[in-house]
Amino acid sequence: MAASTQAKSGDSVAEIFESMSYGPAPESPEAAKKWLEDHSNGNLGHFINNQWMRPEGRKAYETRYPATGEVMASTVQGTQEDVDTAVAAAKTAFGSWSKLSGHVRARHLYSIARHVQKHQRLISVIEAMDNGKTIRETRDCDIPLVVRHFYHHAGWAELMDTEMQNWKPIGVVGGIVPWNFPLMLLTWKICPALAMGNTVVLKPATYTRLSALLLAEICAEAGLPPGVFNVVTGPGSFGSLLAMHPDVDKVAFTGSTQVGQLLRRATAGTGKKISLELGGKSPIVVFDSADLDSTVEGIVDAIWFNQGQVCSAGSRLLVQETVYETVISKLKERLTHFRVSDTLDKSGDMAALVDESQRKTVEQYVEEARKQGAEIFQPSAPLPTKGCYYPPTLITKVSSVSKVMDEEIFGPVLCAMPFRTAKEGLALGNNTRYGLGASVWTENLPLALEAAMTLKAGSVWINCHNQFDAAAGFGGYRESGYGRDGGKEGLFEYVQPKWHNRAYPKVDPKFDLKKFGTSVMGLPTLDNQASMVNISGMLTPAVDHTYKLYYGGKQARPDQAHSRPVVNNSGKVITHVADGNRKDVRNAVEAAFKAAPGWGKRAAFNRSQIVYYMAENLELRREEFAAKLANGTGCSLDDATREVDLSVQRLFYWGALADKYGGTVQETNLYGATLKIHEPMGVVGIACPDESPLLGFVSLFAPAVVRANCVVIVPSERFPVSALDFYQVFDTSDLPGGVVNILTGNRDHLTKYITEHQNVQAMWYFGSAEGAKFVETMSAENLKRTWVSYGETRDWSNPAQGQGEEFLYHACQVKNIWVPMGDVFAN
Amino acid sequence: MADCGNTGCTLDLEWVLSTQVNLPAVKKRAAELGTRRTVKKQWQAAWLLRTVTCIDLTTLSGDDTPANVQRLCHKAAHPVREDLLKAMNMQDKGITVGAVCVYSARVADCVKYLKEAGNPNIAIASVATGFPTGQTHLKSRLEEIHQAVADGATEIDIVINRNYALTGNWQGVYDEVKLMKQACGGAHMKAILATGELGSLTNVYRASITAMMAGADFIKTSTGKEEVNAILPVGLVMVRAIREYYHKTGIKIGFKPAGGVRTAKDSLTWLILMKEELGDDWLNPRLFRIGASSLLIDVERQLYHWTYGRYAADHEFPMA
Repeated sequence: MAASTQAKSGDSVAEIFESMSYGPAPESPEAAKKWLEDHSNGNLGHFINNQWMRPEGRKAYETRYPATGEVMASTVQGTQEDVDTAVAAAKTAFGSWSKLSGHVRARHLYSIARHVQKHQRLISVIEAMDNGKTIRETRDCDIPLVVRHFYHHAGWAELMDTEMQNWKPIGVVGGIVPWNFPLMLLTWKICPALAMGNTVVLKPATYTRLSALLLAEICAEAGLPPGVFNVVTGPGSFGSLLAMHPDVDKVAFTGSTQVGQLLRRATAGTGKKISLELGGKSPIVVFDSADLDSTVEGIVDAIWFNQGQVCSAGSRLLVQETVYETVISKLKERLTHFRVSDTLDKSGDMAALVDESQRKTVEQYVEEARKQGAEIFQPSAPLPTKGCYYPPTLITKVSSVSKVMDEEIFGPVLCAMPFRTAKEGLALGNNTRYGLGASVWTENLPLALEAAMTLKAGSVWINCHNQFDAAAGFGGYRESGYGRDGGKEGLFEYVQPKWHNRAYPKVDPKFDLKKFGTSVMGLPTLDNQASMVNISGMLTPAVDHTYKLYYGGKQARPDQAHSRPVVNNSGKVITHVADGNRKDVRNAVEAAFKAAPGWGKRAAFNRSQIVYYMAENLELRREEFAAKLANGTGCSLDDATREVDLSVQRLFYWGALADKYGGTVQETNLYGATLKIHEPMGVVGIACPDESPLLGFVSLFAPAVVRANCVVIVPSERFPVSALDFYQVFDTSDLPGGVVNILTGNRDHLTKYITEHQNVQAMWYFGSAEGAKFVETMSAENLKRTWVSYGETRDWSNPAQGQGEEFLYHACQVKNIWVPMGDVFAN
Repeated sequence: MADCGNTGCTLDLEWVLSTQVNLPAVKKRAAELGTRRTVKKQWQAAWLLRTVTCIDLTTLSGDDTPANVQRLCHKAAHPVREDLLKAMNMQDKGITVGAVCVYSARVADCVKYLKEAGNPNIAIASVATGFPTGQTHLKSRLEEIHQAVADGATEIDIVINRNYALTGNWQGVYDEVKLMKQACGGAHMKAILATGELGSLTNVYRASITAMMAGADFIKTSTGKEEVNAILPVGLVMVRAIREYYHKTGIKIGFKPAGGVRTAKDSLTWLILMKEELGDDWLNPRLFRIGASSLLIDVERQLYHWTYGRYAADHEFPMA
């Protein structure tokens, strides 16, 4: 542009030469406007079967540009009928898409990546205007990550036959994504879904629909077959319609914890697979050994990236007391030159929030904190005069009891609090219901690594925050959800074992969740006579053997001093076992929880030795176990012996895997190491199936235990004896107390209380369809991971079904630790 | 130009040694300086003119003779074509570069030719103290300063002792720089850290703090002769040290990246670095210089484009 441009007062070269101020540096909105104009003048419909579809009689929803409030486009509020159309399209497409070779699917994903790159600028502008975030971020972060994700997953499609050889696609995936990274997060769903051979119906967030529709059009342009990727738009409740559609086989959700819980409950007992990436309240833990100036910039990345509307935003700043004041004053100084700019201005740190309602929520949190005596720091620099802006905010003089320290604000608000020692800092870091991200700031390597291992979060960043890459899974611990987006770990959310087909469980329509597992006491004795032994010619009652419960490494009498009979195939009472109840569950979980840290810190070699030792001790008692199995279940002695032998073999299998699944190094774009760690879930509840009472029991506790979990396990209700005889195997195999805790009694009664226990992180339930529905529903409360059989059985003697990756997947949660490297400089 | 006059302070070794610098985090911030801020249109033109005033127009070669030093001095006095300045209404602002920068043996030439160019007030910076390596005896290094000042240098760019820095002898670095400052008398002293030879950013920080404590008025990245010269991560660490020093002493120290700043766009990023990390006070030649030779022509080309909307050829601008 030539110098003749008329300058406003203060804007002449001479004046700027004196003031050295920044001026506007706007990105042009023209490309976006042109695209909208070319589409029925901004009247957009759904995109189904590679075609625009704008059915009659639908309500319209106006998409606005948050920086000005102006209307950008009119979109459709979809109905059930539209969901049906889209799902039917996806179901049809699944037939052919899933049968394509991995190579052909790889070519499709590769083609999409290339086409997205061709339209990168248009997409960046649309995304910024749709959401309000700065064009700098869509240009430098969101869209490059979208492209990277397609390329990375083109690779997984290519390699599926070898890398995922025991797995197959699930079917139709219903994707539901939020408004904070509209395109990036939807890409995190569709890339692994398509790569693994599924088809997708996606519902973008209400506020941000445009980039999803644009991408769908680009995919069609790139040659993706019709129906493989469909986008339908609608209000929030429309997401449930999609999730609940009977032909949707998998729900992939990113969003708030509340909506995640709602979707978990709504889909419970249906056989649909689900992954949830939810909220967070991620800590930034700053030790006095940190590079404090760099830490301050890291804090900017942590909390003011995307206006703080990031599920992994570092919103709790925990600083070692010795440097607390320094960090706070440096941070305040940094905020004096922080720029909140127009969305399309290329010169800014932060832009508009997504919507006025979001801005109000943020404001309410801050004002409430202010009323309660917290100190609120906001820089004095002016905000853009119109549009939906909120300043970067630092709150001090708050504590762990403060609401702003506890709840996810989802805005540019940081709360700071000091701590004394490393141990205390990490304890405060973990003092949250959430577990999505965390960052650790120190130049002390042993501390950094220990902190990263100690913090309970899916992503831990050392000396950085909010780093993402397609090669490393992102997702939560605790109430931040389960499942991972990205990396090989993310693929498992979009596949099922080859031998398995989705269950369509038939839950009795009269089934009442409230009545599930209400106590059913077995009678202590039936009319069988006590067994007698002949001693020196005199019939004498045999020494009574009533099995007790087993937790904390000891046998314990049940709380209600009640036993239940175990009846063999011919109706004869063969023994009595303890009848466990709520309090026994409480005690067993407590024992497991106490044992977990120590068990987790043992060397994997030690865990494997213990499991091999179990195999040794089981084999020593081969005949005894087989005889009891045959007697109790009515199977032949040969079959019983085979089950014992297979159990020994399975222990060997899991002993072998104890030190071979610790994780791997991810090949992300980070210069340094991104370490994938397979961490234990923690306390795992297990309700064993009735089939294969010994092998089923071994097949379930062993993978959990070798992967460092502690379990509370309910053996086969019908024939718990083999599991109970295992007490002595455990006791003679050096298994520490509390690692395996066995509760007998009514399976569903015990399941109820294990599932409802907040300190249990996962529940595996091999029982009825109703029980599955109960477990999945109740798990929503604290976002437990679940694994249920929906009343179906599996062949435990078949290695494809009774061992393998599926078990590892359930026994571990993935943590990715980002360790940037570098100190070598110049000479 | 000795108005910021750093009196220095006692060497505080605990401060020098306590700070750690994280290279990857510094690199990340450095890379984002130019993506989080930008200036366009008349802002860009104005900022580029400010760049001009901050340039230490430099020639440091074995083959320097009066012929090229003369051109350098004339270019220093008239760094931007008159028609361009007029188009921006800046012709009366007395725009010159910040200083000329030469070897001490050429200082007398500069005095002569700046007078000839009609602008004897332009600062003359002389490198000294065994530039670029500093591997000569202290006595001769100090003597070099005296000579340069006697010849008319108003600014002295000294080099710190890398032997001492790399062996952890911060006391030695401090003592020498302090003696050099005394030798400068009223001349302004810039301490070249030769960061490309310090081995780590933590050492860059330590050298920065030590030089300031010893009385450096400016700290400067490089001689231009090391393999790694003025790069943003180094600049970031140095300006953070300057900020820390200012907070603790109330004294504002200047900063000079030198070597490798060749494009107008690069120079804008350096200005952004100063504005963001130190504030507007550091956006003028009293506290900011860029040591460069080819940069000026590129700035002129950009100003030409701003003025005429056409891209210029190099040969349209008077060479230094």
